[in-house]
Order: sequence, then C-alpha cells, then structure tokens
Amino acid sequence: MEIILAIITGVLYASGIYMILRRSMVKLILGIILLGNGVNLLIFLLGRITKGEPPIIDSTEKVLQGVYADPIPQALILTAIVISFGLQAFAIILVKRTYKVLKTDDLDQLNTTDEDS
Amino acid sequence: MTNDIIILPLVIHLFFSIVLMFFWRQVNIQKIVSVVGNFVALVLAIWIFIGVYSQGILVVESGNWPAPFGIVFVGDMLAVTLVLLTAIAGFAVSIFSTISVIKARLRFGYFSVFHFLLLGLNGAFLTGDVFNLYVWFEIIIISSFVLISIGGEKNQLEGAVKYFALNFFASMIFLTALGVLYGLVGTLNMADIALKIKDVDNTTLVEISAVLFLVGFGIKSAIFPLYFWLPASYHTPPSAVSAIFAGLLTKVGVYALIRIFTLIYGGDAFLSTLLLALAIMTIFSGGVGAIIQNNIKKVFMYFIICHIGFMIGGLALYTEIALAGVIFYLIHDIVIKTNLFLISGVIYRIKSTTNMKKLGGLYANYPKLSLLMAIPLFSLVGIPPLSGFWPKISLILASFNAQEYWFFAALIFGSLITLIVIAKLWSEVFWKNQPKIKFPKKFIYFDQLRMGQKLTFIFPIAFLTFVTLYIGFGAEHIQQVSQRIATELMNNDSYINAVFKR
Amino acid sequence: MRTLILKSASSYLLPVLLLFSVFILLRGHYLPGGGFVGGLVAAIAFVLDAFSNGLDKTKVVLKVHPGFLMPLGLLIAFLSGITPILFSDLPLMTGLWADDPIPVIGALGSALFFDLGVYLVVIGASLTIIFTISESA
Repeated sequence: MEIILAIITGVLYASGIYMILRRSMVKLILGIILLGNGVNLLIFLLGRITKGEPPIIDSTEKVLQGVYADPIPQALILTAIVISFGLQAFAIILVKRTYKVLKTDDLDQLNTTDEDS
Repeated sequence: MTNDIIILPLVIHLFFSIVLMFFWRQVNIQKIVSVVGNFVALVLAIWIFIGVYSQGILVVESGNWPAPFGIVFVGDMLAVTLVLLTAIAGFAVSIFSTISVIKARLRFGYFSVFHFLLLGLNGAFLTGDVFNLYVWFEIIIISSFVLISIGGEKNQLEGAVKYFALNFFASMIFLTALGVLYGLVGTLNMADIALKIKDVDNTTLVEISAVLFLVGFGIKSAIFPLYFWLPASYHTPPSAVSAIFAGLLTKVGVYALIRIFTLIYGGDAFLSTLLLALAIMTIFSGGVGAIIQNNIKKVFMYFIICHIGFMIGGLALYTEIALAGVIFYLIHDIVIKTNLFLISGVIYRIKSTTNMKKLGGLYANYPKLSLLMAIPLFSLVGIPPLSGFWPKISLILASFNAQEYWFFAALIFGSLITLIVIAKLWSEVFWKNQPKIKFPKKFIYFDQLRMGQKLTFIFPIAFLTFVTLYIGFGAEHIQQVSQRIATELMNNDSYINAVFKR
Repeated sequence: MRTLILKSASSYLLPVLLLFSVFILLRGHYLPGGGFVGGLVAAIAFVLDAFSNGLDKTKVVLKVHPGFLMPLGLLIAFLSGITPILFSDLPLMTGLWADDPIPVIGALGSALFFDLGVYLVVIGASLTIIFTISESA
C-alpha cells in the first residue's frame, strides 16, 4: 500500500510541476491542482498508514489503547484542501479575467510588466 | 488575562475587517473605520511591546490545550517587535490608501482585505506552530492576491498571474517540507520540534526538510535564484499596495527563515554555507538589477532583493553580533521600504510618471517635500547617523570576525551600489531640469488637490520618516532591543521553556 | 438547460438538500460532517435551483445577497472564539459547553456556533464565486 501511494505521490508531483512549466494558463491551473493533491497525499503517507484502527476512545476507556491511526495528518490535509479550494477558485477567476483582457492563453505573451514605462 | 494581550492584534484586525465587510459599498465610512482600526492596532502593539519587554516571553495556549498538543501563540521579543512594525506600516499605509487608491478599487472591499493581510502578518509573527504558520501564510497570500489584482488593469493582471503561480508553488514546497518534518518528529509545535529533532537519526532527511523550507521561504522572501516574480509584479498595483508588500511581505519570509533556522536547524554548517552563498548572490544580482532600471519603482524593487541578501547573510553567519545586525536591519528595512513606495506614489501623483528619464526638477518646485524625501533615501544608503548605518556596522564587524571575506565584500558592494543608485536617482529626479514631455490631461495632479488632501498624502511619509529618524538617532535603544532578540534567538532554551511553562 | 424533469425535481430537492445540510452541520461534532461540508451541500442546493429555474429566481429565493452571509458567518465564528476571553478568563477559542444536552441538537457549545459561522461563510463564499462566474460567462 505504502509503495503504491509513494509512486502516486511522485507521479502527482512530477505531472503537477510539468503542467506548471507549460505555457498555457489553463495548464497552469491543472498543474496547481495536481501539485496540491500530491502534497496532501504526501502528508497522509508521512503520518504512517494504520489500517482499521480509528483514533476513537472506547466508551469504557479514558485514553486511547494500543495502536491507532494518527489523526493529525488528516486534520492537516483537511485544512490544506479547504485552503487550496479557495486558491483554485481564485486562480480560475484570475485566469479568466486575464484571458478576457489580454485575449491570449500563452504565458509568454505576458510581458508588458517587463517594459520600461 | 495578562498573557492574552498578545493575541489582541489578531482579534482587533479580524474584528475590523468583519466590520468593514458590513459597510461593503460605503467607501467613506470604510476609510474612517480602517484608519481608526489601524490606530487602535498601533496603540495595542505598543502596549504589547512594553508588556513583553518588561515581563519576558508571553504564551497563549489557544483552546486551553497544553503545549505540544494545541496551537500556541508565543510573544517573544522578535515577534512583538515585528508586530509593532507591522502596526506602524499598516497605520501609515491605511492613511495613504484613503487618498491615493481610487474609489473603484475601494468599492471592492480593499480595506477589508487590507485588514486581513495585516491579520495574517500578525498571526505569522506570533504563532508557535509550524502548520499554523502555513495557515497564516495562506491568509497573507490570499489577501495579497486580491490586493494585487483589485482593479484589473492589464499589467496588473499579468503581474498577478506570475505572483500567484510562484507564491502558490512556494506554499506547496513549504507544505511538503512540513510533511517531511512531521514524518520525522511527529509534532508541529516549534519548541517541541526543536527538542525532538536532535534525536532524529536520519540526518539526511532532516537536511532535506531544511532545504525544502529554504526553497519555500526563499521564494517568498525573494532570495537569489528565486526572486524573479518580484520585479515582475510588485510595481503593478497602486503605490499603497506596493508599499505594504515591499515593507512586509518579503520580510515575513525573512522572519520565517530566521525563526526556523535559529530555533529548529540552529547552526547547521551545510545550511550556513548554502545561505551565505545565496546571500552573496542575492546582494550582487539585486544591486546590478537596481543600476540598470529607469523606473523608480523598479529600482526600489531591486533594492528589496539586494537588502534581503544582507539579512540572509547575517543569519548564515549565526553569531550574536550578526543576528543583532540582522534584526536591526529588519527593523530599519520595514519602515524604509514602506516609505520608499509611498514616496514613489507621491512622485507619480506630482508628475504622472515614475520613469526617471521623464522626471526632473522636483527640488526646484517642491523644496520642502524634497528634503522630507531625502531623509529616507539617504537612510537607505546608510549615511551616518541615519538608520541604515548602524546595522551595517554590526554586519560588517560580524563578517570580519567570522572571516567570511566574500560576504564582507558583498556588503561593501551592496552599500556602494545603493549609494550610486540613490545618487543617480537624486540627480535625475530632484536636481535635473524637467525634460520637455507631454503630460496627460486627464489626470488629477498633486497641485490640483486641496490642502487637506495634500496633507493626507504627506502625513504618512512624514510619520515613517520620523520613525526612521528615531531609529537612526535613538540607535542605542534599537540596538539594545536587537541585542536582546539576538541573545534570545541564539539560546533557544528561553523560548522552549516559556512554551512548556518550565 | 431547462428540462421539465430537473425543474420539477429541484423544487422538491431544494428543501430536502437544505435540511440535509443542517443535519450534516449538527452531526459534525462527533461524526464525519461539520460546517464546511454542510455549507457546500447547501450551496449545491442553491446552484441546482439556479440551474433549473434561472439565476434571478434563485436570488429571490435566497432573499439576501450571498456576499452578506460571509461577514455574518465570520462575525458568529469570531464571537464564539472570543467569548471565553470575555466571560470566563480562558484563552482564545476554549470550548465552552452547556451542562445538559438539548434535544435534537445534542450537546450545545461554542464549537457549534463556530461551525455555524463556517457554514454561513462557506455558503456565502461559494455562492458568490459561482454566481459571479455564471453572470459574467
């Protein structure tokens, strides 16, 4: 299981960075989404995978007993998902506005900021 | 209640940004509320600074969860000093925004987002938890995305796309570093990480996480190979926005580097060498970039990069004198860079351009204003006894003591190039005769404004110049504070003990 | 895209989905659920209504501008966060709980109000985004 997740994480990172390096703005957004998912999976993986042992205290006990899954990575991932939800929504609107104003999808055309004014 | 005072800056900014949201379209009310809010925040920041100065490190455990489990807010001297500087810069910029930012932009909740940005900055300075630091960074960058793209002009949107892509990428690298670190030590509290990271056997992975942190924060603080987004984006929004970005956004990256590389990875030899090399290259490339630019705003942007190198290099030396110099430079730099962009805003309002080739004759027409502007410009160079001079002494001394002659040379080079560029700027903008160019008709020039409006333009600059003068002439006090912060940073026991209430 | 099936179904689906979102919101403290997911479900309910009946009618159903829900939700969450400082001298965001559980809702505490704030902010933010995109398209 770990090895599969590790490979998927690597693939997500690689494809995310590849997409960010493309010239199209739509691919930039796709790359951002893929990279975000890769990071989330990495955190999940680094929190060690424990199967079938949810961190829930039994009603007869006071503290957790034995082996249990670490709840923190899941909380971190949830937070990261919410944040990237907001950022991706912003990115889509930003790219849409930019496309409307500049009439191009090519990042190489975005060079008026370098001009001397 | 005494400990709770350190979270007041967060509470106050959140409160005011919510209040401002209720007055969504009423721009005039927003202006008043925002200035009042920033004034309250300034008073509170001074109070908190005095409180921490006299009582030592204050810690708040949010949600009443004991230290390594819950999120802690730690008000040590470094954090509260930066909170105070944020409040000073925020107060000045909020006044400047009321007059310089056009109504169309203010109607889209400019002030509300501005308070969110300050909330994020204060949170990043005060938090004692690495993941919480990430969350505050996200609040900062989301607010800055809105501020940089608000208005939606052509070059603004282009700058925003570049700024967005690189900053998002930096956040993802930061999150990766955080994941690796959590996998190694199993905790997110910075003090707890500092204790546990010594017991980790796999030093390779520790170094990897450190380099990932360096890349993540390096993009945000614009160090050498990672700074290209900054000259492409910082000059596009209105001057008030550029000012708060220049003063605080890159500095929060520097703050995070200082915090992480003193508390968690203190004095690692490999990292020090890497940081030092990057610092020298940053000073060099920033300085060379500043020389060839003709736009005032772009010159100042390359100065940001150049002077980030000073701080990173001082951090790499990792001695008490060097760190005191870094902190002093940070204090000086936040005030001065904010002020420079406000000045460029006023110059734009006077002449409708910021290109040095088209500017001139400012001294002949506005002698008093020019003298006011001269003080921050020459403080930036570091002419004694103005504020830039003192931290450079500490840094040069530290680099000489540590026998890092390359960094020593880079510091001299950086200072010299700053001097040359400022001299060029002074003669081009202030002394040269106004070249004959066509001025656009549809533009509200500075001269056409009412007296009150002119004063609103000038007051923030005068306020920040006064602070700069205080930093220069009251250098003894600032040096004392910096020295104390440097001592706290070098022996992180006081921080750890305060967090764990030992 | 105005099909008869979707139109007749959505008039029944809107109240059911909104009820479901409140259920998820209340369920959130011990079981999977909570303000964020509940808010998204409620937002989806309105989006579905906008698909079938048109944006203008949905805005009439919603009564308030979705942008207004954001500060309202933030205010509720903010108040629930600072209540412990103001009234019981505890640090920020400490959970305060009522002694006896209330029927239907269960244990009542400041965490529920925080979640309610999140719920409103999520509805407001996602509806503002979606309405803006669909209006400008």
